Amino acid sequence: MVHGEAWTLKEFFTYPNEYIYWTIQIVMYPFMTGLVAGAFVLSSLYHVFNVKALKGIARFSLVFSFALLPVAMLPLMLHLQQPQRGIEVMMTPHFTSAIAAFGIVFTTYGMIVASELWFVYRKHFVETALRLRAIADRSFSEHLLHLLFTALTLGAEDISHEALEADERAVKKLAAAGIPVACFLHGYAGFIFGSVKANALWMTPLMPVIFICSAVVSGIALCILTYIVTMEVRKILAAHRQKQYPELPSHEELKSAEIDVVTMTSRYLVMFLVAAITLELLDLIFRGYTAMKSWDILRRVIYERDFVNIFVIQYGMGNLVPFILFLMPRLTIRRAVLGTMLVLLGVFMMRWNVVIGGQAFSSSLSGFMHYHLPIVPHDMETFKEGLCGALLVAVVPFCIFYVLNKVMPVFKDTH
Amino acid sequence: MITRRSFCKKSLLMIGGLALPLSAFELFDPKRLLAEKGDGKKVRWVFLVDTEKCVGCGFCVKGCKTENEIPYDANVTRTWVERYVVTKDGKTHIDSPKGGRDGFENRAIDIGEGKFQEIKNEEISKAFFVPKLCNQCDNPPCVQVCPVGATYQTEDGVVLVDRKWCIGCGYCVMGCPYGVRFFHPVYHTAEKCNFCYHRISQGMKTACVEACAFGARRIGNIRDPEDPVTKIITTERVNVLKEEYGTTPQVFYLGLTKEVK
Repeated sequence: MVHGEAWTLKEFFTYPNEYIYWTIQIVMYPFMTGLVAGAFVLSSLYHVFNVKALKGIARFSLVFSFALLPVAMLPLMLHLQQPQRGIEVMMTPHFTSAIAAFGIVFTTYGMIVASELWFVYRKHFVETALRLRAIADRSFSEHLLHLLFTALTLGAEDISHEALEADERAVKKLAAAGIPVACFLHGYAGFIFGSVKANALWMTPLMPVIFICSAVVSGIALCILTYIVTMEVRKILAAHRQKQYPELPSHEELKSAEIDVVTMTSRYLVMFLVAAITLELLDLIFRGYTAMKSWDILRRVIYERDFVNIFVIQYGMGNLVPFILFLMPRLTIRRAVLGTMLVLLGVFMMRWNVVIGGQAFSSSLSGFMHYHLPIVPHDMETFKEGLCGALLVAVVPFCIFYVLNKVMPVFKDTH
Repeated sequence: MITRRSFCKKSLLMIGGLALPLSAFELFDPKRLLAEKGDGKKVRWVFLVDTEKCVGCGFCVKGCKTENEIPYDANVTRTWVERYVVTKDGKTHIDSPKGGRDGFENRAIDIGEGKFQEIKNEEISKAFFVPKLCNQCDNPPCVQVCPVGATYQTEDGVVLVDRKWCIGCGYCVMGCPYGVRFFHPVYHTAEKCNFCYHRISQGMKTACVEACAFGARRIGNIRDPEDPVTKIITTERVNVLKEEYGTTPQVFYLGLTKEVK
């Protein structure tokens, strides 16, 4: 069977070789890089612009951004027909291609986040290493931990006040440098689509900007959501351990801290949400107003075939409802959870409507293609490019975050 | 007295000073200049399709699939034939079942999902066939978007794919406005018509040209003014597909009408 035939339904005239070649993994790719970029921008708001209210979530989102980073590459690898050659994009890039920038942008960004994390957590690394060193008869696991943390200090064990201040200055500089790189990392994902002149739905110079705005929205939403979940777990743990360790923050303290952070962060979420919707609507209105040759078929895709996906799920449930939820006075945690989940759904559907919607019509402009998402896989291909593959990509960052949190605890005060 | 230090310094300066004018000589190599003036190329393959002559037999598709080892029953093909039926109400009905490989035995138009649309003879205002293949564009978007340079353009204008280098990302498939690219069902790399490069570079005609009994398909060298294909392209009214994309396609059509997609 030809690649793409398993999940493509054709209607009216399409060229014989046309199938839905870019499937759910290519939906996941901009969705995941969007979360990476968004989480980083959120942490930078605190580090660069000194938005004090975001202090509680800044370190959290930085670590989360790092956990998401390797996963941004995963959907691409799962999508490639020759994954063993995927590394060639970095080794032998062909620079007229938008994808070729991936290696450079991705590694630059990775290095910035890694070094920023190192400066943020250096004190913790040194303290842990010293504490473990002080133990005379280390168990095997303590020995391994000692090796790990000693390696992580990179030999810089000075944690005097001046050294820590220098660290903070470095963090600020790296966070500032990271914002344009994060925007570039995601903006270029938008450019990959926006520059395909053969595709009437994708080709618009607004695409990178739309992608960046919705990326920040989704990144902030996921950070709020994960933050709430981890805080809830901490509250439960705190209730249990309060009697044992009275110095731990009490249930009430945690609760008020949590709602403060969530309220402040959601304000930034709404701001970026407004920018994203404005740009998307501008694009839609502009297409209808100029009514180029392709508008006839685009109109039928947007207003008829994908109406539910675009207007009901993406704009309605994913944008309008959370917009109202966040703007209503006295935000509660429960409302914030619902709101952020809907925002994430909205951004995911936006990616879906761009990637799958862009292939919903033939480039002959005379026929349609329908993507039939493989749910139960019956071979490797339907596993990779179906629901299971997408879920795999969605779960991995949380596993990485769990491991990273062991080494770089997001809730322990460092500096 | 010249010291060792100043000797080294001065020699380096002299080498540097000499290197500059020497590199300028390299810049203005007269041989290269002459070669580049007329771009030096003696061959630029082009294709000519005479739609008036095509009867939709599908022999070209059969010939291509066999010659280029594209699995015969796979629903992908390097070249195909489209059938156009324009009715009196101004509607255009198009189909290309199996790429037109078996001809068009069914009078009804294939509208996908196993459905067919019957059109009565008296409703038809015109009907014709249009063979399609890679346009070997002068400004190929597929070459531009390939992230590893696995697809490239030869000196004589044909766009090729290196199966050993293609990573199978599908960006070229997305980038082609003509829908000529697909994934090879066996090699799992990007695949397309290459004007039977293995044949034309050995002085033979392409498989589809050989297979066409009606002379609807012809290949030629646009740089050779004596080539009959060049003569037709330069003296008759020919057209190309989707010029608006700025790809500068090099497959020329005789008798192309506005209904052709």
